[in-house]
Formats: sequence, structure tokens, C-alpha cells
Amino acid sequence: MAAESVGQGLQQVALSTAFDVHFPALEVVLPLVAAPLCFLFRSRAFARILSAAVAWLTFGVALVLLQKVLAEGTVRYPLGGWAAPYGIEYRVTVAGAWVILVVSLVAALTLLFDSRGSASRLAPERRYLYYSAFLLCLAGLLGMAITGDLFNIFVFLEISSLSSYALIALGRDRRALMASYSYLIMGTIGGGFFMIGVGLLYQMTGTLNVEDMAQRLPAVLDTRTVLVGFAFLLVGLSIKLAVFPLHQWLPNAYTFAPPRVSAFLAGTATKVSYYVMAEVVFVLFGAHFVFTEIGLGAVLMPLSVAAMFVGSLAAIYQADLRRLLAYSSIGQLGYMTLGLSLANVEGLTSGLVHVFNHGVTKSGLFLVVACVGYRTGRTTVRSMAGLGTRMPATSLAFVIGGMSLIGVPGTAGFVSKWELIRGALAAERLWLAAVVLVSSLLAVVYVWRVVEMIYFGRPEGLESLGRDGEPVREAPFSMLLPTLILVAATVVFGLWSDPTLSVARSAAVELLGGAGG
Amino acid sequence: MSLLEALLVQRGLWVYWAIITLMMIGLYGVIARDHLVKKVMGLNVFQSSAILLYVAIGKVRGGTAAILLEGEENVLYSNPLPHVLMLTAIVVGIATTALALALTVRIQEAYGTLEEDELARLRVREDEEEAALDPHPFDPPGEPEDVEYPEVKVGGGAGGAGV
Repeated sequence: MAAESVGQGLQQVALSTAFDVHFPALEVVLPLVAAPLCFLFRSRAFARILSAAVAWLTFGVALVLLQKVLAEGTVRYPLGGWAAPYGIEYRVTVAGAWVILVVSLVAALTLLFDSRGSASRLAPERRYLYYSAFLLCLAGLLGMAITGDLFNIFVFLEISSLSSYALIALGRDRRALMASYSYLIMGTIGGGFFMIGVGLLYQMTGTLNVEDMAQRLPAVLDTRTVLVGFAFLLVGLSIKLAVFPLHQWLPNAYTFAPPRVSAFLAGTATKVSYYVMAEVVFVLFGAHFVFTEIGLGAVLMPLSVAAMFVGSLAAIYQADLRRLLAYSSIGQLGYMTLGLSLANVEGLTSGLVHVFNHGVTKSGLFLVVACVGYRTGRTTVRSMAGLGTRMPATSLAFVIGGMSLIGVPGTAGFVSKWELIRGALAAERLWLAAVVLVSSLLAVVYVWRVVEMIYFGRPEGLESLGRDGEPVREAPFSMLLPTLILVAATVVFGLWSDPTLSVARSAAVELLGGAGG
Repeated sequence: MSLLEALLVQRGLWVYWAIITLMMIGLYGVIARDHLVKKVMGLNVFQSSAILLYVAIGKVRGGTAAILLEGEENVLYSNPLPHVLMLTAIVVGIATTALALALTVRIQEAYGTLEEDELARLRVREDEEEAALDPHPFDPPGEPEDVEYPEVKVGGGAGGAGV
């Protein structure tokens, strides 16, 4: 039987002459191969062009994959022709294709951002290392969403984590080193927990393929080993996802990382972990087991609500813009996990559509801060004083991005919040809908603080002069372009939400209809 | 079944107790030690316990290495898959440790210490200096204040630049 299925797998690959059969593998292989190339050629210019080209290629491939998945259903790719469950299978689901689309889009746009914005600690002649690490991180994140093998997820998780520790440590401020160190400790424990969880489940089922395991798990669901394995998986992923009490690593990491890295990680890293968590909860174990039998909702829901309030409240009191945005991310992740904990189609749809909406918004905002930092030399809220007239486009970008964080109608943030409230009502939890609305008011406070500073603040003394000693002026076009594209996307997909919502909804339906239960 | 029974009666389980003990030693090291290098070592112990867990899963009592020999049938094999997986996990562990130690070298260069409490003190001071640039979030903007702005250090981290 083994030989037969292996043969089938080989045939499947060999017979198909169309090149796009290999797209699932290509999506991961492209950045994975480009990373050592950047290292080998030791040229900054080459690395810059190659990494940007690769990021756009992965975005193109992701688009094709998403269309294919929507048209034909799950795309499977037996790696090396070894059919599942014996070989590693790349399995692109609607949700997975959706996540890789967001990741590759954010990567492509942040790499388009002027490299002067990277402000890393590396000497110019060693900058190619930055691109190597960036591409490895991209490969890891894409791989996590594409692979259908649990241990493979762990490997990609570690690839993306290790390269992101290195990237964060490149920040100019020496506090970046400590930020990276604490993220490394937390992240490694998270990764280790995930690995232990996978090991315990493997012990009970004898397989590592997600779908195969989902079929075998119901027979052993009531054993303690499986319960413990599930707990390890969930806690490990929660660390990576920065679920409320495990979020401590996030603010410093995003604050002190080089600006482009913050923008990239804020838009992608936690989103991929969110997808993996959704896959573990809904596909592997099934909503019935997780929410009805264990009652995870009773834990995840209060934690999400706490994250919404703690994150937003902390954001209000931050003096540094990047830290303000990082705390706001914790709050926004709360909305996403809240959607997951509702375990209905609307809730999960809001979580998945927020992967895109928040990814685009937050990356755009971090790029805005990078523009401000490039011109003024500082990234405090006060450094924004009076920028409304000096950097009009950048300021407008912040206002629009901020409105999306609040969830003002017409922006992308509104779409996800609307869906989340619908989910809360569908679950007959009126108070949750109220809580979502009240927490949005907190976002109004921290966004307004900055907006007030931009348009009504008067720059004093040092602040009127920019980083180069000249009056502050608009950021260069090469920085503005990707920033404005991201911010424009929040408006476009806020007004025209059909495509994003319909993809997210079919992804949610697919996840909820998963095996198990 | 009580825990004691589990420990004493089912003798096959002792290995899991050993693994859990090792794991707790590792986690304790990460949490309780003040020195950054010792934390990394704790992390290493924690990872090793996970590796041992997999190896224990693959072991079949009386089983031998999974090599197919001619003429010998009905041989009991240990499961080779967890061992193969652990090759990857060991590489990940080494990469993590190496990266963490490289970071501690950089932290030592930048701060001159690896003691966590001392680093925390230095960091609080840095945060305060930064906050002095932006006195209070709710100060009315636009009103001139008599705030003496300290020298702005533009990004340039003290020490160890461009290593």
C-alpha cells in the first residue's frame, strides 16, 4: 500500500506538465534559496534587488495559489513525490493561501521601502546579511502556512523565529539586544512546547500529517496524553501569537527592531501563528472537542477581552510611537483570538479577515513611523508635533491607518469589527459586542493623541529641525510609495470589502467543516 | 491511578518522569537565574528534555535498529522516525544556543554586564531618559513648556557599533 501511494504521488507530479503544479513548493523554495544567494554574493545591491524580486514573485505565486484553491479546493503537493501520510505534504487550504498572500504582500511592500529606512546596526558592506535573514524569515512564515505536516510546521516556525531574533537584534538602539534576547527565550520555550505537543500526539496516533492525525485522533481523544499534547501545542502557539498574559516579548521587540523589520513582523509573524492555531483547534481536534468538551472558550474569551483592554490602555500611555503601535497590536490580536474563541463562522471570518486588514494597517503605520523617524530622527509621539504641514502625506497616512485601528466605517478595521460583532450576536453574547465597541473607544484615545500632536502640536526647539539639521520635510518618494500603498489598501478594502470577506468566509467555513469533532 | 502508583508500578514510565524532571530543571534555570548565559544553558537543558521525549517515544522494548537484514525475518525494530526528527531538532537547538550566546556577547559589549537585575536598572534609566523627551502623554500640545531637551542621540547605540 505504501509503495502504491508513493507511486501515485510520483505519477501525479510527473504527469502534470503544467508548471503551476509546483507552485506550493516554489512559494517556500524561492526565498529559501535566495537567502544563501544573498549571503554568497556578498553584495548589498544584489541582495536588495534579489530579495525584493523574490518577495514580489512569492506574492504572485500566492495570488495564483489562492485563485486555484478557491476554484478547485485544497491544493496538495507531495514533496519529492512521496505521498502523504508517508511523505511531507504541502497542503494549501483557502485559509493558508489567504495567510501567505498577506505575508508575501507585506514582505514585498516592506522590501520596496527605501533601504535607508532599515537603519540597522550593520556596517554598509555587511548589509547583505540583513536581506539573508529577512528572506529566511519570509520562507519560514510562508512554510508554516503551506505545510500539512506538524513537525514541518515546527521546523518552519523555528526558521522564521531564529531569523527574526537576528533581525530584531540589528536595531540601532542597544535595547534592541535585550528585546531580541527576551524574545529568543520566550520564543524558544514556545517552540519547544509546540514540539513536545507534536511528540505526544505522534505517540498516540503514529502520524505527523495534519489530516491523517485528525482522522486518527477521535479514537484516543479521551486519553490524558492527547489532552496534555493539546495543551502544549496551544500554550506554545499562544506565546508566538502573544495571547494576553504571554505577550511580554512583543512590545520591546517591535519597538527596537529596525523600522522595516518592525513593519514586516507586525504584519505577518503573529498572523501566521494565528492560522496555525486555527488549524490545530478546528482541523486537528475539531470545534466540538475543543469548545464543547474542554471548554477552551471559557479561557480564551476572557483572555482576548483582557488583551483588548490591556493592550489599548497601555498604548494610551506610551511616549514612543512604535511602542504605542506594538501595544495596540496586542489589543488587535485580542480581537482575532476573540473571533476564534466564538467558534462560529462569523467570528472566525472576522479573525481571518483581520489577518489581512490588521496586517496591512499595522505594517503601513510602522512604515509611517519609519518615515517620521527618518526625517525627524526620533519616533516619540511628540516628534510628530506639527508634521501636518511639514509631512502632509505621511501625516494623512497615519490618520487613515489610525482610523482603521479604531474601526471607523470606510476603513478595513471596520469590516473585521463589524463581522466580529455579528459573530458575538450569532453566539448570543450581547455583552461581547458591547465590549468590542467600548474597547474601540480606547483606540480612539491613543490614535487621537497622535493626530492631535500632528495637526495641533507646535514643534519646540530641537524638534523643528530634522535629523540632518535641516527643516523637516516630506519623506522621500521611495519611502512614501509602499507606505501609501498599504494605507490605501486599508481604505480600498474597507469600502470594497466583498473580495476580502468572501475569501475569509470560505476559509472559515472550510476550517469549521474540518475533520474531527 | 495515583501518581505514586504510576511511578512505581508501571516501570516503563520512569523515563517520562526523568524527562519531566529535566524539563523542570531547564525551565527553572531560565526563570530563576540572573545571569544571561545561565539562562541560555537552562534553555538548552529544556530543549534536550524534549529531544529525549521523542527518543523515548521511538523506543520499542527489545527492538533493534531499523536495518533490514537478509534472512532475518520477524525482527522487532525500534521506530526510527523520531530519531530522524530529532536530528532536525538538535540542529535547531544548536542554532538557538549559538544565536543566544552571540546575543549575550553583544549585550556584554553594549552594557558591560550580563546580570539581569543590573541590565533592568540600566534599561529603566534609558526608558526614563527617553520619556523625559516626551514628558506626559496628556500634556496639552502646543503650549510652550520650559522643558530643557537633552541631547538627542540619533539611533546610535552606545558601544559595539557595527560589529
